[in-house]
Amino acid sequence: MRYAETGFDLEIDLTRGSIERVASPLDMTEMYLGGQGAAAKILWDRVSPGTDPFSPDNLLIFSAGILHATPVPGVNRTAVNTISPQTNLMAHSLFGGFFGPELKHAGYDKIIIKGKAPDLVYLYIHNDKVEIRDATHLRGVGSTETGDRLKKELKDPRVQVAAIGLAGENRVYMASIEHNHASAARGVGVIMGDKRLKAIAVRGTKDINIAHPAELFQMSQELHHKIDSSGCGDWMAYDEDDSFHHNHFAWGNARTRLKNYWSKELQDRWTSWKYDHMDRQTGCYNCPKECRNVIKWPGKPRFAYKCYGKDTYHMAAFLELDFSYEILGVAQEYGLDSYSTPQVIAFALELLEAGILTDKDFPGMPEDSRGRFFYIMEKIVRREGIGDILADSVSHAAIRIGNGAEAYDHNTTKKFEQLPIKLGKVNPAYFLMIATGEKMSITQIEGSFPQDPLPTPEQRQAFVDKWEAAPDEKFKQYFLNWEKRADITNQVASEITEWNEAMHYVDDATGLCGFVSSFRGQFGGDVAYHMNNIPDCIRLATGIPFDKDKLWKTAQRIRTLVRAINVRRGLRRKDERPPEDHWAVRDEEAEQKLLSDYYDYKGWNHDAIPTRQTLEKLDLGYVADDLEERGILMVEDGVSAKTA
Amino acid sequence: MKARQATKIIKEIKVDINKCTGCRACEMACSAFHSKPKYSSINPARSRIRVVVDELNDEYVPIRAGDYTVAECTGRHTYAIDGKDYSECSFCGAVCPSRDFFFEPDSGLPLKCDMCETVPALDQPWCVKVCTADSLTYVEREVPRDEKPQPTRDQLEIGLEFLINEYGMEAILENLNRKSKR
Ligand code: SF4
Ligand code: SF4
Repeated sequence: MRYAETGFDLEIDLTRGSIERVASPLDMTEMYLGGQGAAAKILWDRVSPGTDPFSPDNLLIFSAGILHATPVPGVNRTAVNTISPQTNLMAHSLFGGFFGPELKHAGYDKIIIKGKAPDLVYLYIHNDKVEIRDATHLRGVGSTETGDRLKKELKDPRVQVAAIGLAGENRVYMASIEHNHASAARGVGVIMGDKRLKAIAVRGTKDINIAHPAELFQMSQELHHKIDSSGCGDWMAYDEDDSFHHNHFAWGNARTRLKNYWSKELQDRWTSWKYDHMDRQTGCYNCPKECRNVIKWPGKPRFAYKCYGKDTYHMAAFLELDFSYEILGVAQEYGLDSYSTPQVIAFALELLEAGILTDKDFPGMPEDSRGRFFYIMEKIVRREGIGDILADSVSHAAIRIGNGAEAYDHNTTKKFEQLPIKLGKVNPAYFLMIATGEKMSITQIEGSFPQDPLPTPEQRQAFVDKWEAAPDEKFKQYFLNWEKRADITNQVASEITEWNEAMHYVDDATGLCGFVSSFRGQFGGDVAYHMNNIPDCIRLATGIPFDKDKLWKTAQRIRTLVRAINVRRGLRRKDERPPEDHWAVRDEEAEQKLLSDYYDYKGWNHDAIPTRQTLEKLDLGYVADDLEERGILMVEDGVSAKTA
Repeated sequence: MKARQATKIIKEIKVDINKCTGCRACEMACSAFHSKPKYSSINPARSRIRVVVDELNDEYVPIRAGDYTVAECTGRHTYAIDGKDYSECSFCGAVCPSRDFFFEPDSGLPLKCDMCETVPALDQPWCVKVCTADSLTYVEREVPRDEKPQPTRDQLEIGLEFLINEYGMEAILENLNRKSKR
C-alpha cells in the first residue's frame, strides 16, 4: 500500500481534451518527494529546453506536498511550477490554504496540464469524476468570485477552487493564481491563462493512509501545541509596529528610503484602520496560526493579506496603509502578484517623470498617485495601450520601451522584480542567495540562519543553547563568533546559503509553510520544523526510511536538478547578479571571488554548471549525460564547453 | 427529608463563530480518531464536525453531525447576525438529504457526533482539543434527571391489546412464558 501519497497523477491535455489517471513510481517519491521536487523531475523529463513558455508543450503542474493530508500541522503549501515567460526559467510558486490536501483526498498527488483549450475552460475534479468544462460564462470574473460561483454552480460548498482573474486571462506576466485568500505568485497565472484554464475545482472524500499512524498523530499533536504556543507563524499578523519595512525598505520604484518614517501617531492611525475593517484572522489547513488578516474596505471586495503584502502598494505609491486596503481587494480579484505589480506601476511613473514615456502614453490619467495606480493597473490587466507593454513586467517592458528605459530597470535579477531593499555593505550570504537563488525572491531562499548577529557573547550563547534547528554544530560556532553583519568568510557564507536554501527545498517538496519552518528560523531560531525533525514526519507518514543525512541529500538533489533545468535553458554565471544598487558599497572583484568560491563549494564549474561528479554524487548521472550530449558540459573534465 | 434528586451530565460543545479561523484542524482530528484502527487514516469527509466557510461573506461555522432525518425540512429561517445573513442550515446538524454532509463516503451511512466517547474517557473531545483558536469549548453540565411517569393501568391494557392484535394471543403467551422462566 502507498502511504501519505495517493500514487496517482492526473494528466490533462487541454488541446485534445483528454484526461488520464496515471500511477507514479514509488522510487520517484523517495528521490524527489512531492511538491516542487517531483514537479522539477517532470519538467526536466518532459519539457525540452527549446520549449517556448507559451507553447502548448509547456507544462503547468499543481502538486501537493508529500505531507499534505497527513495529521502533521502547518502543511498546506501547494506548488505550481511551469516555465515562466518572464525569466524563461522554471517558475517557482506556492500557495497556502486547502487545495493540496483536497486534491489528495480526491485521489491525486499532482495535476499535470499540457496543451491549450480553444476557449476558457475549468477543470472539475470530484474523486474519480474528472471533467473539462466550459468556463466562458466566467470570463472576466474575479478570482475569488469565480470560486464562489463554482461552489454554487456545483452545489458543493466543500469544493476547493484555484482560479485566475482578468490578469491571467490576458496573459499578464505578473498574474497570480488565487485560492481562498492565498495567491500563487511569481509568474504562474500567465501560463494558466495561456492554457485558457480559468479554474480548477476539486473535491475529495477518500482516505489517506499513514504508515505509522498512532505515532505520527501523537507527534503531530505535540507540534500543533508547539506552533500554537511558540512565536512561530507570521508575527506581523499581530504586531502593529511595522517600522521595519517602512524605515528600511525603499519606496516608489525601489529607490527612496524614508529612514524616520514610522511614528507612534502613524501606528495608532493605521491600527484603527486595521481593526475597524478587519473581519477576522484566518489560517490554512490544519494550522493553529492565524496569519491572514481578512479586511473589508468600504465599497471594495473583501481580501486577506499576510506579512509585507499590505505594504507594497502604498510604499510604491508614497501613500499610507488605507491605499493598500483600497487597492488590494481589487488587485486580488484581478489576480495580480502584489510584490511585482506595484513595482511595475512605479517604474512606469518614473519613466513618465523622466520623459521617456509621455502624457500621450497615459491618456486621461488622473493627477494624484492614488488615481494613477488604479489607472495603470486597469490598463495592465486589460493590456490596453501602454498597459500591454507594462504587462510584460519591468525588464521586458524596459526593453520594449527602449530609449533609455533600461536604466530604470534597476531592481531585477534574472529579469524578476526583487524586494525593494537597498543597504550599505554587502552581507556575503545575502549576496550569494540573491545572486544564485532560483526561487526568484529572497523570501523564498533566506530563513534558517539569523539575518543579523546578536551584540554580546552572552546573548549569542543563550541563542545557540536553545537552537534546536541547527542541522550541524558548526552553525552554532559560526553564530557564536559572528560580530559584524558583513564579516563572514566565503566558506561560511556558502554553508549558510546552502542550509537556508535546503530548508526551502524541503518545505516546497513536503508542503510545509515557511512561516513555521524555513523562513521563520532567522527570526529568533525557535521554529517548529527543521532538519532534525522533518525526517521523522516523512518516515512516519510514508514508511520510507528517512534521516537527516538522507533529507539533506534529497534537498541538494532537488536544488541541483532545478539548476540543471535552468542551465539547460541558458542560465549562466553572467545572470547571477543582485541589483547593482542593492548595496551602496560594492567590490566587484571580491564579489566575483565569492561567487567562484561558492561554485567550488557546491561542486559547480565557474560558469555555474554542476559538474558530472557533483551530479553523480546526487544520483543525477542522467542529468550529466544530457548536459554532455548537449555540449553544455565537456565530457572529460566536467568543464563548461560554452562559456558565456 | 426529601430524597436527593437524580442528576445526569450533559456534555456540550460551545461554538463561537467569531473566533473560528477556518483551519479545519477539528475535521482532521475527528476523522483520525474515528478511523479504524484509531488514527490510521485522515479524511475530513468522515468527520462528525464540518466547518462551513464562505470567505466572500466572511462566514465560518463549525457544525456537528446530529440525527439522521429522511426528509429535509419544509422551510428555513434566515438569521441576520452582525449584518450577515445565515441560512438556518448553517447551524443545523441534522444529517438530511439537502446536502451531502455527514455521510460515510463509502457506504453512504449517516455519521453522528458521539462526543468522542471512548474508554478510558478523553479529557475533551478531539475537535475541542485541537481548536486552539477557542472557537470550540467543552462544558459539562449537571442537570436534574426527569422522573419518568409510571404508566397507568389503561396504558398497559391498550398496549397489550395492540400486541395481541398484531402478533396473536398464542405468540404473546409463549413469549411471556419464556420470559417468566428466565
Ligand atoms: S479547529 Fe476551531 S478554528 Fe479551526 S476550523 Fe475548527 S472550529 Fe474553526
Ligand atoms: S466531539 Fe468528537 S465525535 Fe463529536 S465532532 Fe468533536 S471530534 Fe467529532
